[in-house]
Amino acid sequence: MEYSKRVFEHFQKPKFAGELKDADAVGEEGNIKCGDVMKMYIKVENNVIKDIRFKTYGCIAAIAASDTLCELAKGKTLEEAEKLTYADIIKEIEELPAIKIHCSVLGIAALRNAIKNYRKSN
Amino acid sequence: MRFKRVYLDNGASTNVDPKVLEVMLPYFTEKYANASSGHTFAQESKNALENSRKIIAKSINAKTDEIIFTSGGTEANNLALKGIAFQNKDKGNHIITTKIDHSCVLESCKWLESQGFKVTYLDVDEEGFVNPTDLKKAITDKTIIVSIIHGNNEIGIIQDLETLGKICREKGVLFHTDACQSYTKTEIDVKKQNVDLMTLNSHKIHGPKGVGALYIKDGIKITPWQHGGGHEKGLRAGTENIHGIVGFAEAVKIANKKHVEHMIELRDKLINGALEIKGSRLNGPRGNKRLCNNVNLSFKGVEGEALGGYLDSKNICSSTGSACSTRSLEPSHVLKAIGLSNEEANGSVRLTLSRFNTEEEIDYVLKVLPKFVKKLRGFSAIWKG
Ligand SMILES: Cc1ncc(COP(=O)(O)O)c(C=O)c1O
Ligand SMILES: [Zn+2]
Repeated sequence: MEYSKRVFEHFQKPKFAGELKDADAVGEEGNIKCGDVMKMYIKVENNVIKDIRFKTYGCIAAIAASDTLCELAKGKTLEEAEKLTYADIIKEIEELPAIKIHCSVLGIAALRNAIKNYRKSN
Repeated sequence: MRFKRVYLDNGASTNVDPKVLEVMLPYFTEKYANASSGHTFAQESKNALENSRKIIAKSINAKTDEIIFTSGGTEANNLALKGIAFQNKDKGNHIITTKIDHSCVLESCKWLESQGFKVTYLDVDEEGFVNPTDLKKAITDKTIIVSIIHGNNEIGIIQDLETLGKICREKGVLFHTDACQSYTKTEIDVKKQNVDLMTLNSHKIHGPKGVGALYIKDGIKITPWQHGGGHEKGLRAGTENIHGIVGFAEAVKIANKKHVEHMIELRDKLINGALEIKGSRLNGPRGNKRLCNNVNLSFKGVEGEALGGYLDSKNICSSTGSACSTRSLEPSHVLKAIGLSNEEANGSVRLTLSRFNTEEEIDYVLKVLPKFVKKLRGFSAIWKG
């Protein structure tokens, strides 16, 4: 699989990989097709995403795209974070093989689920 | 970095041995005549072609004129299956293969199904063995050919050709085997092993890419697929790839038992070292039923493409059976056939050796591999270590 340099950078040194111990909410998403699993942990203060982490059982694209998404979501309001799309991720990491789109949107879905779960419990 | 590259994807392709290249070179610039031409100059090409044929025939205990050169393993498998199927369509319409054969065999079979043939895909056990009783039961009076991969490219299992071939002989059914991975790496003797057709190729054994051969036992008729100038006894038209064929034969000449022993040593060192990582498993058998150069491992909670990507960042070349690394998004059909869950199959890495690998390289892999497994498990959504 051909990946851009930016994808490989995020993959090699993900800044947001791991668990957020005192997370306010967690969102999960799985891809039944390829088997990738994604979890997003968020910490929220005054409606703003203060901190964020992801955990994944996923491929290079899944790791790089989720790390990028975390970078974009941190510091944004829940409403702004909710609206982040695949296009926003691609703007950052240049490109992904077309076949990898399904892995790259897992993080987006998991984040939206986390926000939904946060609202439910707050 | 200590190594420029640690190449452990020899199951995909190998480096051309410099000694092979040396033998090939004159056939590009000096001895370039078409082997079919009538002039004296062409004799050199013709001699090289026939001498190569002799070397390859001898290496599998066949007769020289039982070898047809092709453009590789894929073409030889296609020719064997389609050629035999169409040649014998009045005798029957049933073909038997296995669930772990190479895609070029499976896809040929699928195409033959679209042409009205019926195909049985035999199951294998958890190590990848074909049960001879299953084969016996699957053969009907409509069966025309059985095609079973000798050494499996993913999990390294070596099938017992002799037993399987004997069953086919007794039932009067032709027996083909794809020996691309096993060639020069384990004993091959088409007579002893009751083989009627055998696929071989060059680029897995330090020969050039784009060359292969099909052994067709004396007296077996086959319908050609490539029509033209009547080359290769009219079974495979096209000007012979002399430089490639010469290189192929040289690679066969060079391969020897010492290389195999060296690979076995490295293989077992790698397997033993990797299995010390907790939550790891070896896919395929241990010991002498495994190809000397094949290691296939799964690590719980770790996705294979990601692990391969980290190895790649340290210039270690590997491959994976993960769904996410394929166009179909399906995990390896071979790993599924030996009973792995999707998760286990998605977590697989294949490391395949050659005689050019060294013990230092294996030490290096064993140093970085556990670190990357740990790193991925550190943020794995499914690992509960
Ligand atoms: C078992 C097996 N059969 C067939 C092939 C195809 O051979 P080729 O690449 O020469 O077409 C390969 C390798 O790619 C293989 O491993
Ligand atoms: Zn993926």
